[in-house]
Amino acid sequence: MAISYRVEPHLLIVGLEQDLDLASAPDVRAALDALLDRYPDRDVRLDVGEVRFLDSTGLGVLLGRYRRLAASGRSMHLVGVRPAVAAVLTVAGVRQVMTWEGAGADEGHEKGVVADGGSQLV
Amino acid sequence: MEEANSFSLEVASHPDNVGLVRLAVSALAAGAPFGVPDLEEIRVAVSEAVTNAVVHGYGGCRTGRVRIEATLFPDRLSLVVSDQGRGMEDVALARQAAAGDGERLGLGLLFMETFMDHVAIDSHPGRGTRVVMEKRVPVAAMAADGD
Ligand SMILES: Nc1ncnc2c1ncn2[C@@H]1O[C@H](COP(=O)(O)OP(=O)(O)OP(=O)(O)O)[C@@H](O)[C@H]1O
Ligand SMILES: [Mg+2]
Repeated sequence: MAISYRVEPHLLIVGLEQDLDLASAPDVRAALDALLDRYPDRDVRLDVGEVRFLDSTGLGVLLGRYRRLAASGRSMHLVGVRPAVAAVLTVAGVRQVMTWEGAGADEGHEKGVVADGGSQLV
Repeated sequence: MEEANSFSLEVASHPDNVGLVRLAVSALAAGAPFGVPDLEEIRVAVSEAVTNAVVHGYGGCRTGRVRIEATLFPDRLSLVVSDQGRGMEDVALARQAAAGDGERLGLGLLFMETFMDHVAIDSHPGRGTRVVMEKRVPVAAMAADGD
């Protein structure tokens, strides 16, 4: 599994590089939790620029980490969201709970999406 | 393209096979003029159906069998994902009670229904579940392909 991270004074920047699905969920969950524990008091920026696939299981892992962070007043922000991943986040109504932005200028329009039709997750 | 192309595949209910089935279905669907977003939506839908078979149908036991029948017709992709697992008493009820199981969000069925043009679920407690899904090939793309 490929996971990279960089630590800044108030920010933990983590890069994921695999499909987020049932097969990868246990390892990704464990790796993210270990980092969140090791660097408490930091907000998290999750770079998913290399994540080409996300389904409900993968989203469960991301939102699970979001909830952990939110419980201690920390935030999680997704960057580099590819169109395939954006489609899943939009249908899920993730915009209501977690901030995210697209991979490049092309995806800029995704920023304005209001997930009215999405379900309530938190 | 006049005749249908198809495959059927039976895999163990192992988490790694979710990606395998995704790959196989993508390869078949690539034979029709689906757009890239269509293909991505198909991948999510099939991933959800196989994941549900593994996680709910067989409760995580890896020795169950999950069967996938995929057929590419000139105008649509048809997918049937079936398991012989636990099954559901009432599909409508199952989806309402979905969230709350660990980190599961209860979104799989919503994704299937949003990303595919047709979804039908047939399930019997103790006998298993059969999910039928279809995605239509975009009409404009079909016309262009025929030229
Ligand atoms: N193949 C199956 N066999 C038995 N029960 C199933 C099957 N597929 C779905 N279910 C039931 O339907 C519910 C709803 O499924 P859905 O995929 O929408 O949500 P989930 O799997 O609970 O969560 P998520 O998909 O977001 O991880 C499941 O919780 C489960 O109880
Ligand atoms: Mg599911």
